[in-house]
Amino acid sequence: MSPRRETNRTEPDDKPVVRLDSVTKTYRIGAVDVPAVRGVSLSIAPQRFTMLIGPSGSGKTTLLNLIGCIDAPTSGSIDIAGQDVARLSDNALSDFRARHVGFIFQGFSLIPVLTAYENVEYPLLLTGRAAGERRDAALEMLEAVGLKEQRRQRPNELSGGQKQRVAIARALVKRPDIVLADEPTANLDSETGASVIALMRRMQTESRTTFIFASHDAQLISHADATFAIRDGLLVTGSTAP
Amino acid sequence: MMFKIAFRSIFRNTRRSLTTMLTIAIGTAATLVFGAYTIYVTYGLQTSTVERVGHLTVYRKGYFDFGSGNPAIWGIPHYDSVLRLIGEDPVLKPLIVVVTPVQSLAGIASNSDKDESRTFIGTGFVPSARDAMKRWNEYDVGATGLANSGLRDGNTAEGLIGVGLARVLGLCEQLHLASCPKLPAGAPTGSPVSVEVASLPKQDFSDLVARDALPSQAQSDAMPRIDLLAATAGGAPNVVNLQIRNVEPQGVKELDDIYVGMNLALAQQLVYGRGEHRATGIVIQLHRTEDIPIARARLAELYRAHGLDLETRDFAEITPFYSQVLNLFRSIFSFISIIIGIVVLFTVSNAMGMSVVERTDEIGTTRALGVRRAGIRRQFLLEGSMLGFLGATLGVVIAFAAAYLVNHSGLTWTPPSQAQPVPLRLYLFGAWGMIGAMWALLIVLAAAAALLPANRAARLQIVDALRHV
Repeated sequence: MSPRRETNRTEPDDKPVVRLDSVTKTYRIGAVDVPAVRGVSLSIAPQRFTMLIGPSGSGKTTLLNLIGCIDAPTSGSIDIAGQDVARLSDNALSDFRARHVGFIFQGFSLIPVLTAYENVEYPLLLTGRAAGERRDAALEMLEAVGLKEQRRQRPNELSGGQKQRVAIARALVKRPDIVLADEPTANLDSETGASVIALMRRMQTESRTTFIFASHDAQLISHADATFAIRDGLLVTGSTAP
Repeated sequence: MMFKIAFRSIFRNTRRSLTTMLTIAIGTAATLVFGAYTIYVTYGLQTSTVERVGHLTVYRKGYFDFGSGNPAIWGIPHYDSVLRLIGEDPVLKPLIVVVTPVQSLAGIASNSDKDESRTFIGTGFVPSARDAMKRWNEYDVGATGLANSGLRDGNTAEGLIGVGLARVLGLCEQLHLASCPKLPAGAPTGSPVSVEVASLPKQDFSDLVARDALPSQAQSDAMPRIDLLAATAGGAPNVVNLQIRNVEPQGVKELDDIYVGMNLALAQQLVYGRGEHRATGIVIQLHRTEDIPIARARLAELYRAHGLDLETRDFAEITPFYSQVLNLFRSIFSFISIIIGIVVLFTVSNAMGMSVVERTDEIGTTRALGVRRAGIRRQFLLEGSMLGFLGATLGVVIAFAAAYLVNHSGLTWTPPSQAQPVPLRLYLFGAWGMIGAMWALLIVLAAAAALLPANRAARLQIVDALRHV
């Protein structure tokens, strides 16, 4: 069974799933304020393969963290799936992430003491799904990423590509509104990277989930439906593929 | 899942976790073994004390505080009726093993054959009652090193003395005491006396003794004899002759050098002469120590109801040494527990702190996935508790193994105030309250030790945690 999008979603497909309005983020390093994002406003349409591109240090990861609600803006507002996340408490933000946001990290960030199956099942526990439902969904997702046979293996027994597949399954298993991926192919060789990109593209198409990437991998960027170029914390360009 | 992650995370760094668990285990085992030893000492000391002085002693009011200077004048008049009153009381009767009179006295003991004398402190008792008291064994501690007196109720001339007194009075050879050293050559044999005193004839109390001898005082030439001189209740000097049936080491040298035990009738003859025989105390031994408050309250009721000018003291009051030793052991136990608690606290805290640092990326990931700060805190508290649980459980197992080995090793030791060695035991089997409390306390301590690292983990910023290498 392939992953698919939930049928009871409320937002229409053309309504932006992510909306940033004059968002700034400034880090204080010692006595110096370092602006990472400077007054960015953008909207990301749903069910797209969207790229935040830019050189290292341009602020794309910071922007991704802000969209993922794991960092708070210094000013401006962020609206994710119809929710102004700036109004949420820390606990509410955690619950929001658990239900609406999936993450794929550059270093995979799987929980090392859990098996591939348990890693995929973990996000479902956080949303309070029943045991049977968790089991079915996790196995279905592992099958979709081609790792059902490896479900009992722990991350240290998997290759880099397999780990990233588990991470993709973990991000998608709860049917989130958005999946954020920060340099998902940076730690993979080009061949494995290509297969992971192909997998994400296929999963995105099948699940019709919004994928937002921060990357400067040309191979990945070539698959983008929309791209936003960031430089020195400023949004330089934004384009949507026809 | 939280349990799964906690349990598996413990064994992620096996060496560190094993070291932490072993620290907890050894700490638990050490505390439990010492606790078991303290229980054994408590029971052993209580048993030997209760065997000697019973649980309660009834005195004439004021004797306990002021009577030691002249016990004779503090005797309980008509003590037989008090004995009957206590022994036949429907409340007290089922609680009591032995109720018996005793007479304390002091005077001078002399061995005229060797021209040796010294002051003594003595006790008159009913031999059969004293021997019955020595069979008290509520806690199944086995032999406490106290033997039967060897005296008989019917022979009032016989008595026993401490080994030290036998030595001082020059009776070692006659009593065939192996542990009795001979007087070193050239040792002073007496106090320098004036020519006038030295020229006086030696004192011989035989006429005086024979005049007041009791009918049952059958003399045996096989046993050495000493004379006991004391002042009667009226203040007149009196003398009795004591046949030494037995020698009983007293454990404490000061007592061993002056102790004389004798038949109650002989003690009363010495103290009261032909006057009314009294007893300085009525000793009550109960089946169970926990009945002391009930018995004591009932005795107070009886005193009030019958207008008796008496008071009751328990064995802990009569022998402060008992409480002092127990307090010493309790203090040491508390001290050891505190030290071990601190060691466990620091060890677990250190292990958990290192775990938080090593798993910073994992903390960031789980927080990003939607785990609340409280969830992270719970996760590390659970891991600390689990370390405590595993370590404390292992410690209990080690303690039981150590207790089994010690109890079956045949080791002996001489407890405080006792003269004879007794088997060394650890009372761990049955001490479930102490085991449970120590086990739970160490788990709680381990959890408490994890609190600081757990809070640190919970406060981590997600983006900082994810950036951690």
